[in-house]
Amino acid sequence: MSDTPVLQYSFLAPILIVLGGAVIGVLLEAFAAAKRRAVLQLTLTLGTLFIAFLSLLRIRNLTSAKAAMGSVMIDGPTILMQGTILLIAFFAVMIIGDVDNFTAQASAVPGSDEEKSALQAGRQQTEIFPLTLFAVAGMLLFPAANDLVTLFVALEVLSLPLYLMAGLSRHRRLFSQEAALKYFLLGAYASAFFLFGAAFLYGFSYSVTLSGIHAAVIGGTANNIFLLIGLTFISLGLLFKVGAVPFHAWTPDVYQGAPTPITGFMAAATKVAAFGAMLRIYYVTFAEANWNWRPILTVIAIATMLVGSIVAITQRDIKRMLAYSSIAHAGFLFTGVIALNKAGLAATLFYLLAYGFATIGAFGVITLVRDSSGEITDLNRWAGLGRRSPKIAALFSFFLFAFAGIPLTSGFIGKFAIFTAAYESGNIGVVVVGVLSSAIAAFFYIRVIVMMYFADDNGDSLTVVIPSPLTSIAIWVSGGVTLVLGVYPTPVLNAINTLATFIR
Amino acid sequence: MNSANYLYLSAMLFTIGAVGVVIRRNAIVVFMCIELMLNAANLAFVTFARINGTLDGQIIAFFTMVVAACEVVVGLAIIVTIFRSRRSTSVDDASLLKR
Repeated sequence: MSDTPVLQYSFLAPILIVLGGAVIGVLLEAFAAAKRRAVLQLTLTLGTLFIAFLSLLRIRNLTSAKAAMGSVMIDGPTILMQGTILLIAFFAVMIIGDVDNFTAQASAVPGSDEEKSALQAGRQQTEIFPLTLFAVAGMLLFPAANDLVTLFVALEVLSLPLYLMAGLSRHRRLFSQEAALKYFLLGAYASAFFLFGAAFLYGFSYSVTLSGIHAAVIGGTANNIFLLIGLTFISLGLLFKVGAVPFHAWTPDVYQGAPTPITGFMAAATKVAAFGAMLRIYYVTFAEANWNWRPILTVIAIATMLVGSIVAITQRDIKRMLAYSSIAHAGFLFTGVIALNKAGLAATLFYLLAYGFATIGAFGVITLVRDSSGEITDLNRWAGLGRRSPKIAALFSFFLFAFAGIPLTSGFIGKFAIFTAAYESGNIGVVVVGVLSSAIAAFFYIRVIVMMYFADDNGDSLTVVIPSPLTSIAIWVSGGVTLVLGVYPTPVLNAINTLATFIR
Repeated sequence: MNSANYLYLSAMLFTIGAVGVVIRRNAIVVFMCIELMLNAANLAFVTFARINGTLDGQIIAFFTMVVAACEVVVGLAIIVTIFRSRRSTSVDDASLLKR
């Protein structure tokens, strides 16, 4: 007990580098000259993420190491998920780099003189960059966390910056602030459930580590009521984070209200982190207690897929539609979680990578479609976009094909792998519902494409702005990754298969 | 005194908080209810630590307090911004996004 704690800094390097970059970003925000601040912050953020990725590559072979006295587990899935999060964050930050999507001064009342003078004088605050880095650090820690405290702290470190980022839109600021309020109140509510569940798991096993809880689950002598309470409440907190039915109510509002680059980042990266933690908790800790959670999660998976796909059909707003589509995708990912086999783990990891890149690209394209008052998200006004800017419309259609799971896109390989894994585990009902809701979902994706190419041009004032170099790199690279993962996924699938084994 | 009583108290406090979040309309009060839930979880942690005679639960209680303090900072920032632009903290008024 009296040993000096050993942290193993090299294992924690990716997380620590991102946190360090965030702290330097806060200092830059305070001391750098206003004119150069945006450029400096963007360089710092991208550089930090790049160095963090390099330091992750250095430890990629250490697939069974514990760091920070067992609080952080570095195993294959951790490395894969941290890599995915860093890549997604890197391209998301390129889109966030267009700071004219964000309010010049978040504290100014919308429509006030203060706000106008800040805009005219070009006093653009760039706190979005350090906030992004803090959120990324939490996301890197969340799937690696190996005890209850680290899980809870990582959950909050990733959530708190996101609540603020949701409220920083420049246009439609009241919507954006409302999204922040809703996200915050419901998110904090869910974290309270998570913490209460953690307390009862501690009471169940008298251990805070996941391996200790696992030992108590196998031992079978501890109080099972505590296990049930703890498992239920901790699952509730996680289900909220990924937006599973019936805890999905916040998703459409927050996705619609938040600034579009943030919506993309949130949709892609939060899913990776939350599903990462969920996979570790269910596969490592509660695999032997699966009769307690698997039937309920199966019902939730089915409900999530169906509600997401069906409600999306009625949406008239492109961001709300993609929000419901993300709910449906959470359902598809659940089929991988409840498969509870190695194929399920590998398929979920691949799906997260594929979905993440398609999401970043799709929301990146939405930031480009504007009129004088800001982005246009009303679907009817997208009519005829295919004739006005064929390249952007083609790229967006490609992302929609990926979401729908059409062959030659990453979405097809992802769905195929995940349904195969569910089938192997004997869960045929989920596979049938999954394929059915994919078919329903294809309807509203195709409808957008029909709208863009075949509907009459309504002579709208809408334009597709010329993307900044970074944004175009981000959306075209996302398109490229989506294509490569769809045409030649073998190297990535092999790499994931070699690494995808949880260490207890 | 029987330690289990503290667990009952913790469950009661948690329920009061959870119900309060659902039925109260003022964002500040909703937020206070969430803090009550966090503190109920803290009480459960400390009680379990006492029953078992380990310190882990007590240490987690400190972590929770720090996290709750951060949550207050972020939460009040958001609620105050909303109040300044709408002159209301009622969560029912914030319904622009419902189409």
